[in-house]
Amino acid sequence: MDVLQLLISGLANGCVYGLVALGFVLIYKATEAVNFAQGDFMMLGAFMTLGLVNPEYAGIPFWLALPLVFIIMGVLGYLLDLVVLRAVFGQSQTSVIILTIALGFVIRFAVGAIWGHEPQSLRSPLAFGDIRLGGVVLGVVDLAVILVTVILTLLLWQFFQRTKIGLAMQAASQNQMAAYYMGIPVKRVQGLVWALAGIVAAVAGILYASKGAIDPNAGFIGIKAFAAAVIGGFGSLPGALMGGLIVGVIEPFAARYFPPGWSQIAPYALLILVLVFRPHGLFAQVRAKKV
Amino acid sequence: MRFPFKTSYDHDIRLFPDWWNFSLYAALLALAVVLPFMIDDYFLGEATSVLIWAVAGLGLMLLTGQTGQVSLGHSAFMALGCYSCVLLMEAGVPFVLAFLASGVITGIIGAVIAVPALRLHGVYLAIATLALAILADDIIVLTAEWTGGVNGKYAPPISILGVTVDRWSTPDLYYWMVLLVVVGVTLAYRNLLRAPLGRAFAAVRDSEISAQAMGIDIARTKTMAFGLSCAITGLGGALMGLFSGAFNNETFSFLLSIQLVMMIVVGGLGSIHGAFLGALVVSFLPQVLSITAGALGRGVAIPGLEAAVFGVMLIGFILFEPMGLYGRWLKIRTFLELFPFARKDMFRRQKAYLKTERLR
Repeated sequence: MDVLQLLISGLANGCVYGLVALGFVLIYKATEAVNFAQGDFMMLGAFMTLGLVNPEYAGIPFWLALPLVFIIMGVLGYLLDLVVLRAVFGQSQTSVIILTIALGFVIRFAVGAIWGHEPQSLRSPLAFGDIRLGGVVLGVVDLAVILVTVILTLLLWQFFQRTKIGLAMQAASQNQMAAYYMGIPVKRVQGLVWALAGIVAAVAGILYASKGAIDPNAGFIGIKAFAAAVIGGFGSLPGALMGGLIVGVIEPFAARYFPPGWSQIAPYALLILVLVFRPHGLFAQVRAKKV
Repeated sequence: MRFPFKTSYDHDIRLFPDWWNFSLYAALLALAVVLPFMIDDYFLGEATSVLIWAVAGLGLMLLTGQTGQVSLGHSAFMALGCYSCVLLMEAGVPFVLAFLASGVITGIIGAVIAVPALRLHGVYLAIATLALAILADDIIVLTAEWTGGVNGKYAPPISILGVTVDRWSTPDLYYWMVLLVVVGVTLAYRNLLRAPLGRAFAAVRDSEISAQAMGIDIARTKTMAFGLSCAITGLGGALMGLFSGAFNNETFSFLLSIQLVMMIVVGGLGSIHGAFLGALVVSFLPQVLSITAGALGRGVAIPGLEAAVFGVMLIGFILFEPMGLYGRWLKIRTFLELFPFARKDMFRRQKAYLKTERLR
């Protein structure tokens, strides 16, 4: 029973990592850039919902606030691409990495200035009660997190595999010039994927905030999400989710069965091992290009 | 505008292209040497800190600016340099030897770590090194037996040939010691760039495929770059730890390496000047901010403000001046030298399209 309990809570945590990792992978798949600010996006989405829903701020009903947050985060993602990232269009990945790290700092400061630095909790309708199933206590929120994550991953995966715009996004990432020749509006496609990443970040943020208190430094779980994305294989959506689950499950087990201190190291140690032995991740779809 | 008239191939690789250039840098060095007589102890401490940042920045510049590999993990190597130097000193090794050994140790370990990291490039390398920086923090806590863990360590007194060099009682000696290290590292860096290895670095940065076609061993070049870069950064870390007096795992958190990256980008990637300009910005930004906040009547520090201002600056630089402060200076200098014939498009960036190594 103990093991099962750890497993469930690990899976729920892992789903949040997986969702943030999904944001990385979305942007990586479509623009070949990595958004180091995805964790901070998630934190921003969480705080935005908190600002709309909690009675001490706007006090809007939760289900009404939800689409509002999605729209705001989507528009924000698109604008960010339009104003900031389009300027480094076609430049090396390095400049995007540095740019998004800087963006993360700015977002963290803005959130701290608006909503303060104390941990706050979201009045989420998801965050009520437990279900008892023969000795195992399941939080409703944990189940909701797992469900939403799985559905979202499947949707996005199919979106990239089947829809025209999903395919256009993949084409744009592989060879921008060739994608232009094929009539793909590469810049607009990239803007769209940033909007999509903003919305995914909002979903992750709301789920994360339903699980516990948030503060402006919550964005640092983005680093664990990185580990998740790399372990699963950057560029693979189901891989990102699997990576998130692996990282999420390893943590509580390492905390339980290893000497103290090792549980923090475990995800990164696994990340480095994966990078050394399978650089393209456990569930990679990537093959090196032969020149 | 002066036109150098080259009469031998050596002109191309001279340390200083002409006497004018040489005398400029000689004057700068002379100014740096007599600085302790001109400013008070507080600003001398700040100047020392600028120089220490510059050493660490030069280390990362060698990797990122010259070889084109991003590392977000150089705080780990700063920590390694610092702890190895202090542990050696505690074991009774004289400071000068311990200091040099810490650079060598960090360099070797860096090169060893680089071997698997070589298979990664771009984003993957950045993430792997970021993981390394976070791991370093935890490893320092886990190995508390040697490192003191969260409680940290106090820097032992430095003594060179019987003379005690202390930050508080002899700040000028401390400054000169750091200046000596800076001059040594800068000269080594400059010489490396005109040696075959330095040329290989630039070739790898600009195009791995064409570098390979020219007969450069890419794996070896990258390993050397990583090792040398770590060695220099390790020296910087040792100086920083000794300068701060006491240090623990928090001193070398991964935020430090992000700060290093930001520093060299703001200063100007790929130039020695950039490391120094960036170090100036990093060291004086907090002061400028607190003075500004004080003038605006906000006595208390706003958390995160410094990082946010740095972030905005960085975004501004990447968008409008990708070559950093040094690039801006080059443009101003060209404008003045060619006046009135300088044209805006002389520094125009070529249109670029991204092509990846990915098939699906």
